[in-house]
Amino acid sequence: MSTCTVFENVRLIDPASGLDKPGRLLVRDGVIVGHDLPDAEGKPKGAEVVDGQGAVLCPGLVDMRVEIGEPGHEYRETVKSASRAAFAGGVTTVAVLPTGSPPIDDPAMVRMLRFRGEEPDYVSILPYGALTKGCQGAELAEIGLLSEAGAVAFTDGNRAIASARQMKLALTYAQAFDALVVQHPEEPTLAGGCATEGELALRLGLPGIPTAAEAIMIARDIRLVEMTGGRLHFGHVSTGEGVELIRQAKARGIRVTCDTAPQYFDLNETAIGDFRTYAKFSPPLRRENDRLAICAALADGTIDAIASDHAPRDPDDKRLPFAQASAGGTGLATLLGVTLTRYHDGTLSLSDALALLTCRPAALLGVSGAAARSGARPIGILAAGAPADLCLFDPDRAWQVIAGELPGHAQNTPFDGRALEGKVMGTWKNGRRVFGGAA
Amino acid sequence: MAEASSGGSRFFGPSDRHLLGIQGMHPSRIEPILDLAESYALLSRSRKTPRDLLRGRTLINLFFEDSTRTRTSFELAGKRLGADVVNMSVAQSSVNKGETLLDTAATLNAMRTDLLVVRHSQSGAPALLAQKVDAAVINAGDGTHEHPTQALLDALTIRRHLGRLEGLTVAICGDIVHSRVARSNIHLLTSMANKVRLVGPPTLVPRSMASLGVEVHHSMETGLRDVDVVMMLRLQKERMSGGLIPSAREYFRYYGLDQRRLDLAKPGALVMHPGPMNRGVEIASQIADSDQSVIREQVEMGVAVRMAVLDRLSRGGRS
Repeated sequence: MSTCTVFENVRLIDPASGLDKPGRLLVRDGVIVGHDLPDAEGKPKGAEVVDGQGAVLCPGLVDMRVEIGEPGHEYRETVKSASRAAFAGGVTTVAVLPTGSPPIDDPAMVRMLRFRGEEPDYVSILPYGALTKGCQGAELAEIGLLSEAGAVAFTDGNRAIASARQMKLALTYAQAFDALVVQHPEEPTLAGGCATEGELALRLGLPGIPTAAEAIMIARDIRLVEMTGGRLHFGHVSTGEGVELIRQAKARGIRVTCDTAPQYFDLNETAIGDFRTYAKFSPPLRRENDRLAICAALADGTIDAIASDHAPRDPDDKRLPFAQASAGGTGLATLLGVTLTRYHDGTLSLSDALALLTCRPAALLGVSGAAARSGARPIGILAAGAPADLCLFDPDRAWQVIAGELPGHAQNTPFDGRALEGKVMGTWKNGRRVFGGAA
Repeated sequence: MAEASSGGSRFFGPSDRHLLGIQGMHPSRIEPILDLAESYALLSRSRKTPRDLLRGRTLINLFFEDSTRTRTSFELAGKRLGADVVNMSVAQSSVNKGETLLDTAATLNAMRTDLLVVRHSQSGAPALLAQKVDAAVINAGDGTHEHPTQALLDALTIRRHLGRLEGLTVAICGDIVHSRVARSNIHLLTSMANKVRLVGPPTLVPRSMASLGVEVHHSMETGLRDVDVVMMLRLQKERMSGGLIPSAREYFRYYGLDQRRLDLAKPGALVMHPGPMNRGVEIASQIADSDQSVIREQVEMGVAVRMAVLDRLSRGGRS
């Protein structure tokens, strides 16, 4: 039996098409029918009506950098618990890093993750394939076979490809499959510490990582992209020097892109004061001038996407002396709220902020409307024919992040106690409501 | 003569002394060799080769690198023409300095060698020897530079089957960047007005190879479309351990020659391979053993071509 849902009294924002207007959206059988339909078509008899009360209806968010506990670390999080966190944050699609246990370097593992994400109650999963076997940085993984199985891009997660030769080979080989290579931009021999090198790390007695570790790796890899003609994306850039190198490279027409994560434009290194391990990240939180540079790079389009960098950790991973604690924080549930801080302070328009969370990451991963590979479902857009993955949120409704009360299993948020404006009212996957009660 | 200024010293030398490579060789010098080889192929089949042609001449197979096939082929060619053939296998470690190679040349001169067939892991080693020895030097494969007799035997095989050696489209597939066979074939085929496509993963076929006057393809599906000849190359195991490709299974999946891909070529397209083959890595067994495969004939033509080359060089250009 055919099912219809009409979203009315909503502000439709679709950054992919530039749409931003009050209106109504019709969904039939899990697929978007359209938003500019005459009454006769736009509100069929018997359709379920969702009154948005003036809230924003946009494409479900696409989070391009997420760790989940499966496979191998189910005690941290499962696909099921990660889905709860994602849906509460308006996220309907996650790109999952390949650094589980075992690593995702075999086509069967890619298919397994894809299938998990096709279950109705779970967030859609776009698996990354390992760039090198076992994410060990030594030998190329089977980029072709992994692509065919559904891997959307290739990375070793938070392990930088240390060898310039290996990165050159990866960028060269990946071109046969038009595969995107994603690098953790941190020169590993300089990244042995746990906080940004400087006065704070010195006072706390923590081994430092110079900000130049990021710039050195970015500079090297830009040169390798120039040499090979490959396509490279830098994950979670965090320094002013790093984004400046990327800005210049883009101006020269070099095929590099980057994302950042909320902690790098909302927090600075002082968040680790008192050895607060929930604020320990890789790369580490930076100084205020770097945070401001990241905000500027978001505003001028140098940064292509915002990813949550969701890294669930068990309390036992974090209740350790700072240097020994695991790096990473949860981010799915807070992704939209923290991103909207840059809308509320005037850095980004609402549409631009949402573009960084929807169509732009989808395009990078080859699954947006225009860029969707053959057979892939186009996501990150409100176009007719696209799956009805939707997020309804009130950009002005305030809420407070409280670690321990977040949806999902993992609670290691660096934003504990933070007041945010921008609350998700409802999330739909394939037209089916997966989060929120009455709007 | 055209070739005298454009590389005549490479083939049959200024005084037609050596065969060091195909690059720079004029087509007018290639066809007569193939004609002569054709006649030697027929004579070999009827066991009527002129065994007195090289009587009293000494041929040394000087192999600094193992190669049973090529060495045997030259040995047979020399013996069928009546030469005294000596095989010298030289451990690589003892000749890894240029000085030692020149010492070897001095030794060979003292032995009054007439024909010297040289295989070496370093590009240019036969050329260096050619400057220092009195014998005619034949390059039997040097590093990643050239393997001229392989290109000549491939050309002869193509000509015998397709009736011509111009206006064809030939796909050379696999590890091109490290292949001396590919380089010699590129030079020969392009100089004779054929279109050459190189097909393989970007790590083994960089785009820059287009500067050799060929098309570069990273997809077998586009590279093999409507070609007259498919030349497969052997994938060296060290290419995998060196990280240039991830695995044999991925290589075969995207760059292996199977029936589906061969069907993209012209009907009856020739399938060639310099051997030895990795069945199931670069070529499916079914294709290697099919009617379209001329791989065994390449081996036969190899002996004939080498006889023709030995014949020409032994005459010192006085043919």
